[in-house]
Amino acid sequence: MNTKVNFCGIEFKNPVLTASGTFGFGLEYDEYYDISELGGISVKGLTLKPREGNPTPRVAETYGGMLNSVGLQNPGVEVFKSYYLPKLKAEKTCRVIANIAGSSVEDYAEMAKSLAGTDVDLLEVNISCPNVKSGGMAFGTDAANVEAITRAVKAEADKPVVMKLSPNVTDITEMARAAEAGGADGISLINTLMGMKIDVNTRRPVLANVKGGYSGPGVMPVAVRMVYECSKAVGIPIIGMGGIMTGDDAVEFMLAGASLVMVGQFCRSAGRRQGKERHNGLYAPPRDRRRERPYRGR
Amino acid sequence: MKQDLKCAIIERRVLSSGQVELILDNPRLADEAKPGQFVHIAVENGKNLLRRPISICDAENGRTRIIFEIKGEGTKWLAERGVGDTLTLMGPLGRGFDLDAGGRAFIIGGGIGVFPLYMLTKRLKEPKIFLGFRNKDMVVMEDEFAALGKTLVATDDGSYGAKGFAIDLAEREISDCGVIYACGPKPMLKAVKAMAERHGVRAQLSMEERMGCGIGACLVCVCKTTTGNRQVCLQGPVFDAKEIIFD
Repeated sequence: MNTKVNFCGIEFKNPVLTASGTFGFGLEYDEYYDISELGGISVKGLTLKPREGNPTPRVAETYGGMLNSVGLQNPGVEVFKSYYLPKLKAEKTCRVIANIAGSSVEDYAEMAKSLAGTDVDLLEVNISCPNVKSGGMAFGTDAANVEAITRAVKAEADKPVVMKLSPNVTDITEMARAAEAGGADGISLINTLMGMKIDVNTRRPVLANVKGGYSGPGVMPVAVRMVYECSKAVGIPIIGMGGIMTGDDAVEFMLAGASLVMVGQFCRSAGRRQGKERHNGLYAPPRDRRRERPYRGR
Repeated sequence: MKQDLKCAIIERRVLSSGQVELILDNPRLADEAKPGQFVHIAVENGKNLLRRPISICDAENGRTRIIFEIKGEGTKWLAERGVGDTLTLMGPLGRGFDLDAGGRAFIIGGGIGVFPLYMLTKRLKEPKIFLGFRNKDMVVMEDEFAALGKTLVATDDGSYGAKGFAIDLAEREISDCGVIYACGPKPMLKAVKAMAERHGVRAQLSMEERMGCGIGACLVCVCKTTTGNRQVCLQGPVFDAKEIIFD
C-alpha cells in the first residue's frame, strides 16, 4: 500500500508524525522501536538559548487527558544542530521537523537563520505555546503578529515553513489566513488548549504554573473542527493533531482536511502496544473497515 | 530492543500499613532490575492515559516485588488487580543507586520511601538502617530490614520506637557513616542533604516528581540540580545529594 504523502514539496513515507514536545528528540523512543517507521518527528520546541522551563509539578492528569506546563525546556538550537540533528539524520530515515520558538519577531528570524543550511526538512514555528510568559501564545493570538512572524521567518528560512496555530482564539481561520498572507507553506494545528486543574484536597492548583496546556482525546473534536475550518479558509496544506489515539482518529483529521497528522499522548498511553505495531495501526484504517469502504487519502 | 513487558501478578497482599504489595512474574524484568529503579505501569481503565511509576522493592528468581500506596484513580485501579491479572509495564527504568560508593552505608527511609531501599540494603555489607514513620500503624518492613542489619525506627508521634525523625537517629551515629542512601518525603531528603554536608559524608537521594513518559522525552518530571533541570525518570531517580537544589 502506498502511504507516501507530498507535503510542501517534501516527501513523507507515511502521514504519521509525532507532535513537538511529546517525543523529545525521537531518540528516547528509539530504544522501544525503530523511529524510522514514522513519517517524521517534530522535535521538542527549540529556542536560541537553552531554557530551564517552569517549576514542577509540570503535569496534571485529567479524565482521558492531561495538562502540561513544561515551559519549553530545551538545550538550545546549537545543541540540536551539533548533536541531535546529525545523529537523527545519520541513523534514521524519518523526516525531521525543527519546532522553533522565540520571545520576539527577531528571535524567530534568528532561529530560522540558524537552521538555514542544515539538514532539517521543515520548520514548524511555535507561536502557540501557552506555557511561556513572553512570546509563545501571545504571538499566535494576534493576526498581525502571526503575519509578521511568518514573513520574518520566511525571509531567513531555506526550508518550507509551517506555522503552528493556537486554538485559544475566537476565530482560528483569521490566524490561518494571516499565516498564508505572510507566506507560510503550511499550517499545523492545534497546540494545546489552556486549562487548569485544582486539587480538591489541598485546594491548590496542581500545576506549579497554575495553568497549562490541555491535550488528549478530549480535545479531538475541537481540533477536527478547527482543521476543517482552516482547510476551507486557506489553500496551504495542513498538519492536523489533537487527541489522535487510533487509525480512525487519524483518518478523521484527513477527512477534515489534514494532509499529515501528528500524535502525542498516543505515544505513551495505556492499553496499547508501545511500538511499531501501534504506529502501523495508524498508517491505514483498520483492515476490516477498508474492505467495507476503501479510503483514499488526499 | 526494549519493549512493553507483560507481567502476571502471582501474589497480592494488603499490608497492615495500608499499602498494596504485588509480586510480578517476568524473568526479564527481575534479571535486569537494579536497586533504585522503577517500573512504569499502564493503567488500563480507559480514563488514565498516564502510566504510574512504582519503585522496585525487590527482584530475584524471575519475580519482582512492588509496593505502593493508593493515592488516586490510577493506583486505585492497580490495587484492584488480583492474582492472575496481567500488568503492562515499561521497565526497569531510571538510574538506581551506586553500590560502590564505599564505606559503611547508612540507609535512611521515610514512610513509603523505605520500599525502594530494600533491594539496595540486601546488597550492602553491614548497613545501618534508620526508618521513620508517622506513627505505629504506619511502620512497615521493619523485620525484613532488621534481618539485613541493625535497624532503628522512629515515629513522628513516638507511638513506636524513638520519638522524632529517622535522620536524628542517624546523626547520632554519623561518625560511623561512609555513605548515606535515602528515600522519603522532600523535607526529609533536604535534611539528609544538609546533614551529609555538615559531616562531610556522601549521600545519594532517590527523588520523586509527577511523571509523564518515563523515558526522558516529555520533560515534566524534572528536579533542580546544580547542572540545571534534570529528568527524574532518566537521569534519576537517584541523584548525588550534592547535585540537588532544594527550594
